[in-house]
Amino acid sequence: MMRTLLLALILAFSAAAPALAVNPDEILADPVLEARARNLSSQLRCMVCQNQSIDDSNAELARDLRVLVRERLVDGDSDEEVIDYVVSRYGEFVLLKPRLSARTIVLWTAPVVLLLIGGVVLVLMARGRLQARDPQVLTPEEQARLDELVGREPNSGHKNITNNSSP
Amino acid sequence: MIIEIGHYALVLALATALIVSTVPLIGARRRDATMMALAPVASLTMFVLVLIAFAALTWAYVVSDFSLRNVWENSHSLMPVVYKVSGVWGNHEGSMMLWLLILVFFSGLVAIFGRNLPETLRADVLAVQGWISTAFMLFILLTSNPFLRLNPAPAEGQDLNPVLQDPGLAIHPPLLYLGYVGFSVCFSFAVAALIEGRIDAAWARWVRPWTLAAWTFLTAGIAMGSYWAYYELGWGGWWFWDPVENASFMPWLAGTALLHSALVMEKREALKIWTVLLAIMTFSLSLLGTFLVRSGVLTSVHAFATDPTRGIFILAILMLFIGGAFALFAWRAPMLKSGGLFAPVSREGSLVLNNLILTVSTATILIGTLYPLVLETLTDEKISVGAPFFNMTFGLLMLPLLAAVPFGPMLAWKRGDLLGAMQRLYVAAGLALVVGLILYYVENGGPVMAVFGIALAFWGMFGALADIWYRANFGKLPFNVAWRRLVGLPRSAFGTALAHFGLGVAVLGIVMVTTYQTETVVEMKQGQTAEAGGYSLVFDGMREAVGPNFTEERGHFTVSRAGATVADVWSSKRIYTARRMPTTEAGILTFGFSQLYVSLGDPMADGGIVVRIWWKPFILCIWGGGLIMMLGGFVSLSDRRLRVGAPSRKARAAKVAMEPAE
Repeated sequence: MMRTLLLALILAFSAAAPALAVNPDEILADPVLEARARNLSSQLRCMVCQNQSIDDSNAELARDLRVLVRERLVDGDSDEEVIDYVVSRYGEFVLLKPRLSARTIVLWTAPVVLLLIGGVVLVLMARGRLQARDPQVLTPEEQARLDELVGREPNSGHKNITNNSSP
Repeated sequence: MIIEIGHYALVLALATALIVSTVPLIGARRRDATMMALAPVASLTMFVLVLIAFAALTWAYVVSDFSLRNVWENSHSLMPVVYKVSGVWGNHEGSMMLWLLILVFFSGLVAIFGRNLPETLRADVLAVQGWISTAFMLFILLTSNPFLRLNPAPAEGQDLNPVLQDPGLAIHPPLLYLGYVGFSVCFSFAVAALIEGRIDAAWARWVRPWTLAAWTFLTAGIAMGSYWAYYELGWGGWWFWDPVENASFMPWLAGTALLHSALVMEKREALKIWTVLLAIMTFSLSLLGTFLVRSGVLTSVHAFATDPTRGIFILAILMLFIGGAFALFAWRAPMLKSGGLFAPVSREGSLVLNNLILTVSTATILIGTLYPLVLETLTDEKISVGAPFFNMTFGLLMLPLLAAVPFGPMLAWKRGDLLGAMQRLYVAAGLALVVGLILYYVENGGPVMAVFGIALAFWGMFGALADIWYRANFGKLPFNVAWRRLVGLPRSAFGTALAHFGLGVAVLGIVMVTTYQTETVVEMKQGQTAEAGGYSLVFDGMREAVGPNFTEERGHFTVSRAGATVADVWSSKRIYTARRMPTTEAGILTFGFSQLYVSLGDPMADGGIVVRIWWKPFILCIWGGGLIMMLGGFVSLSDRRLRVGAPSRKARAAKVAMEPAE
């Protein structure tokens, strides 16, 4: 069902024209520039679509943005300059992979932090388990029962046991 | 009349659900056998009643009863019958009915197969299932009732969304829900264990097959959905990291972790508390997915439910069940005894590593999916988290997991021998690298990382084969002896190997398509030729055609290789008459595991048409791998040990034998 909704929505939003993404007239003559353009396009969000990059979308706005990206590349911009320019016009929302900033620090560090936490917990638990194998201290009742069995004075028992057990 | 019977049956089902939710629970506390015995009977009654309601709704769709608002909104008298039936769940109300039907179906299964469960446990589990059923029945009846009438009845319906008029709709949602909702059983078992404050052997033996069944269906459902999107959407993508997809992927990842931790619990009595927590988390993610999709919280467009009461209702259900279960866990989990010590390098240790990575991956996707929402709520700042983010983070997390998979089954329980495992696997590693280099050469180079990607995929496959090879002890024993051992291996061993093999196959497909797919976008006129993947496609021109409820323009292509014609394919654009909605029906040709994907674009002013041709090498491996994993699940389920109705004597004997060892 999830998927059916997705399908419905994507189509609902692209219903205006059943064309798809990049059209032949947009493609740059220089294959290196075109490859860079495709790479950049796949990282930019189509602002009027649901979770689609401008590379996948056939919306008018996506087309405008694709053409803009290519124009900047032809003018000699680096990839970063293109991205900066697009962000300055449309805001951070346009980036499908958000840049590291105070706002996104939690997002970006979460996988590493969680792995570390998980790892530390596991190590601690493994150690705890190893220690748990060592003989545990007896409860007072058990101690009393033990003392009774071996016929010792109730108060001195614990000390004796510990002394005896450590050679 | 039939509609009213259906409606009434649903109300009766709610009443029954209330009984199941309370009486057996009280009975279990008082050790009252009569009250507890009510649970299975009432659960089955509940299933029959919901089935009647669902059948009534389906009947309304089949006969196109447009006096029903839901039918009018989502059906059309001219639709083929198969789409009329699958159209039942192609909308919000109907899909919630399917959700509910599958939920009570699982309750029924527990009622039937649970005869050998301890009485109190069965009563508690069914009661918890009853709570979930009650919540969803209330949700349907109060906010999403499919049985509402229209007066006067319209003469014709508004048609089902054309994208949904596909066999995919008949198969995908039921499979997905069988998985998704199947985890409710694990959840109910976990909550019941917490209520009782103890986990016994019966609990452990039960949770694994249910997890396995749900996981198997969910695997099939996700693979099926991915393939459907691939051929239907017309641009050859197969995974988009859309929040809606993530909603089904997160329970799958958590479910995979649960499957592995349940294994440890069943065999070694260890990781009990963690398994309980994971069972709660997995179904919570299913519920969360339902909430995300149904409430329209992600963005307005996913809201079939534009009505905010629905969103608030689902949020309440979510908080009640997830919050309640976690609170119960915090309260009762310390009472559960953990057992089974193991060294870090051991089968258990490897499964813990598996769980760590899978859980962190799930959390990463969850955070990525919800982050924009939370950030906007807190700071009014809008950001996007899309495919590039998920590909990077999830991809990096999967690398160590994929590298580690073949080691797991090679390590012994309790204390494993890593060096020994390496000695058994070096042949697999070497072969994988060789195959990586060969494919790299065949595909004429590309990024060097591709070699390692391909090698990683084959490492998974060869590792799975090596697992079976060493279990049967080929190489050391004479062939016929080893063969007999192979035949005698438990089915679950083959299940594991198949699932791990399938994972490798899927990875191969993903790596190959990502690295080597080509896309050709050209304007073509009749008679012109385009090249893709070593094939030549001649465009023979367009033709018009009429379907039952659509008209289409079809383009014909003749495909040849090295001068010889090998195939031909139609690719078309349809307009569905009732909604005036266009769809793209891509032309797809399969060559081995690879496909040519031809999609039509806009007609141009000079009489040509834009054509997009993709060469997708090894793409079928992606879903083929999923199917192999699913097959592994079924093979493992058929293992005698897991036949839940009849635990074998052998298993019991083994249990007794194992006890002193601990």
